[in-house]
Amino acid sequence: MTLHLDVDGAAVPFVPGQTVAAALVADGRLAWRRTRSTGMPRGVFCGIGVCFDCLVTIDDHPNERACLVLAVDGMRVTSQDGTGREADR
Amino acid sequence: MARQRVVVIGAGIVGACTALAAAQAGCEVTVVDRGQPASGTTSRGEGNVLVSDKPPGPELDLALLSRWLWDDLAAQLGAHRLELEAKGGLVVAREPAAYDALVSLASAQTAAGVQTAPLTNPRSIEPHLAAGLAGGVYYPQDAQVQPVLATAAILAEAQRLGARLRPGCLVVTAQHARAGAITGITLDTGEQLPADTVVNAAGTWGGAVGALLGAPVPVLPRRGFVLVTEPLPPRTIRHKVYSADYVANVAASTEDLQTSCVVESTQAGPVLIGASRERVGFDATLDPAIVTRLARQAVELFPMLADVQLLRAYRGFRPYCPDHLPVIGPDPRVPGVLHACGHEGAGIGLAPATGALIAAYLAGDDPAALGLDPTHFLPDRLLSAPIEEPTQ
Amino acid sequence: MTSASPTESASALPVADLAVVGAGPAGLAAAATALAGGLTVVLVDAGHSPGGQFWRQPAPGAQVSGTEGLHHDLPTFAALIATLQRHERAGSLIRLAGHHVWTLEAGDPVTLYAVDRSGRPGTERPRTIRASRLLIATGAYDRPMPFPGWDLPGVLTVGGLQALLKGGGVAAGHRVVVAGTGPFLLPVASGLAERGSRVVVCEAGHPSAWGRHLAAVAALPDKLVEGMGYAAQLVRARVPVHLRTVVVAAHGADRVEAVTLARVDADGRVRPGTERRVEADVVGIGWGFEPQLDLAVTVGCRLRPAAAYGSSVGGQANPSAPAALESPVVWVDDGQWTSVSGVLAAGEVCGVGGAALALREGQLAAESVLADLGLPAATNRDDLRLVRRIVARHRRFAAALQQAHPMRARLLEALPEDTTVCRCEQVRAGAITEAVAQGATDVRQVKQLTRAGMGWCQGRICGPAVHALLAASGGGVPRVPTERLVAAPVPLRVLAGLSEEA
Repeated sequence: MTLHLDVDGAAVPFVPGQTVAAALVADGRLAWRRTRSTGMPRGVFCGIGVCFDCLVTIDDHPNERACLVLAVDGMRVTSQDGTGREADR
Repeated sequence: MARQRVVVIGAGIVGACTALAAAQAGCEVTVVDRGQPASGTTSRGEGNVLVSDKPPGPELDLALLSRWLWDDLAAQLGAHRLELEAKGGLVVAREPAAYDALVSLASAQTAAGVQTAPLTNPRSIEPHLAAGLAGGVYYPQDAQVQPVLATAAILAEAQRLGARLRPGCLVVTAQHARAGAITGITLDTGEQLPADTVVNAAGTWGGAVGALLGAPVPVLPRRGFVLVTEPLPPRTIRHKVYSADYVANVAASTEDLQTSCVVESTQAGPVLIGASRERVGFDATLDPAIVTRLARQAVELFPMLADVQLLRAYRGFRPYCPDHLPVIGPDPRVPGVLHACGHEGAGIGLAPATGALIAAYLAGDDPAALGLDPTHFLPDRLLSAPIEEPTQ
Repeated sequence: MTSASPTESASALPVADLAVVGAGPAGLAAAATALAGGLTVVLVDAGHSPGGQFWRQPAPGAQVSGTEGLHHDLPTFAALIATLQRHERAGSLIRLAGHHVWTLEAGDPVTLYAVDRSGRPGTERPRTIRASRLLIATGAYDRPMPFPGWDLPGVLTVGGLQALLKGGGVAAGHRVVVAGTGPFLLPVASGLAERGSRVVVCEAGHPSAWGRHLAAVAALPDKLVEGMGYAAQLVRARVPVHLRTVVVAAHGADRVEAVTLARVDADGRVRPGTERRVEADVVGIGWGFEPQLDLAVTVGCRLRPAAAYGSSVGGQANPSAPAALESPVVWVDDGQWTSVSGVLAAGEVCGVGGAALALREGQLAAESVLADLGLPAATNRDDLRLVRRIVARHRRFAAALQQAHPMRARLLEALPEDTTVCRCEQVRAGAITEAVAQGATDVRQVKQLTRAGMGWCQGRICGPAVHALLAASGGGVPRVPTERLVAAPVPLRVLAGLSEEA
């Protein structure tokens, strides 16, 4: 049984024990958010939860560190812009 | 005739405004601070410029004058250099009785010159507010500045007019003439600064500096914390929003913790949550119980904050006098010493008017010409009781 | 003295003898020793699995492949874990994984306030931990230095590359450039090369820098063997190691596609005309480590400059001297006690010195607690004497390492003004030099004038670079740790007590 994340609607496989970041990078994805002021793409940088560059929305919870969250089957991972709450304006 | 030599002790917002006003009045000004500009309480607050939280009285009169002077400064220096934002304040009440009291206060404030607008549906101007509040009052004159930027801009202007800034210099002694007038101060560098007038604008350390000048004043620290959240879309919260018990807290004098919450957005995105007002000396540790209470009150006012994260907290020590008014004016014991401190949580807002009062005293003008009664702020009122030392 | 947290439920944890924050080598060794001596222990760790960075593992029961052969001293790790599991079953150890301590109060008992992130996003809960004694073993994190393009996707820290590899079994990139300084570049490069990536290593320094420190190296032959082992692996994997070489820029549209390398002189200054372009789809950068000081600073532990151990760099007179750019570390006495009553520290927070040192410091810390609580030592006297000697040797080696592989702040002097320095708030180098021109003399002032350090990471990543830029501009004061009243982000509903205590 292969496990998958739902990443912006696409199925991305992962192995139990991997973080969301590991699964994304294994899938060839290096960026999943855009910064607040100039909209630059960002993904994993420090990989250990210190830099907060890898923020992504998980199951509608914005600003989760992808490098810290363990992947779970069916987890919805959504790329985010700016504050991660732009839809809440 | 030689220019009046003025030394301002303290390069916070009050010292900066004082220095600028004195320089504009033609004095030869030197500003000294043991640290860098704005490194004291100025950088530890929220940059409040409020009229809403002051019942009719001397402090409100000072605040109204000062609010007008802030606009004047923005016109002179450029609003962007101060990040002056006239966002307006919204005071809300949960219960009908509190709303009635609030409306009553607002009408008294209106009679004193404050613009107010009671609202039975505060959510109409602040959509993320919790449902079910009894009502609120909108104060369009409430504003926000970035205090560190503002201090820097005001000091730069003072320097452009010839004032000198001496950061990183601690005042260690003062010199007096035989008749008791102050004649100068000495810094820890050994340098002596002769002065005709010395202004004590040392904020939370105003008590210690006053004592050093031979003119002690009872300024004590009142700790407060500000919580800072992750960045949210700007203007998620449109105004400075606080609940009705904040106004009562400012006037309270008990030792106990009184928190009620002030919430506002910032231009950069983080939401600030503040207004705890313990009186516990200079203890700088964070009390998690305070953080809990502030967080709970903020979420009660704005339910959407529940899933927002706290990123940092900072604390400051608001300088207060026993009667909760600042001390502004000449010291009766030491000719040449003027006090300009003890502004509690209103220092940013009241700074320009404080500078204007000091400039009037320096010029020998009648400060009442500014349109308010300055006698309420004179140090004389504080000198009958023994002076309590803050525990350092 | 505060009242009990209003968020505590009736099932609050019992007060332990010892709370250990950090489950890396120092924390694990301390916990195991303390448990062996009969103490009750709560082990609090932000990670989902024990091991910290050095022994980063996939989660328990995980099926992540491709991580064999990447770990040092696995038998030690396995033994420690076995001890912990035994005591967990016996009830003398409580392990709290996925817990981030956001503040703490010293005293007897010490109180830790944590947010439990062990579940899925959205399930965070508060957790309060009380113990008679506290060991801070929060480790360290990679220190990057900014350069044009370092904020392109695909540029990571070497620690980030290592975490993906060891924790996730993912070898990021096909053409990888690993750059910076220090021995840590080698195992990362080697690990990636063994997984099939084409790797190039750029080391800013040169082995001759160790010339003054041969005694320190000779005292630790294992380090030499380890280094030679990596060198051999790199040769086998045909990984070129370019000495006195740095990455001066990364290039690409939406991700890194190439880098520019350049030679530097012994001071770290770029030699003009030596620039050359190399293709790369992933870049790893590392300039040593920053100790994770947050909790120690919050609780008031005295700090000391990092170079204090037998440093031959004379004094702190030059604020641009490499030693002055290093983070201070937690001061501890011979028993690992900090200046705060009831609080100890061990591992990287006491000085970046590697896992072998951290293990022994953890052991010493636990022995101190046992003695303090009037219990017999868990380690026999001869072994303890040996442990202290090993600690001394490793500390000398660590000091030597820091001098042989300093942060090359000179590289920041010519930073183009549109280079991002603060990644979170996107503050450019130009804004920072402007703030310095306006009179800012410390990192806090720069922060207030530019917002550098006000974003999510609260200056952890950009702080050292801002400080180095201040020093390079001629101003600057010795590094002071950032004052942090809140050590980790916490959802407001967790703070407000609106989520049930875990």
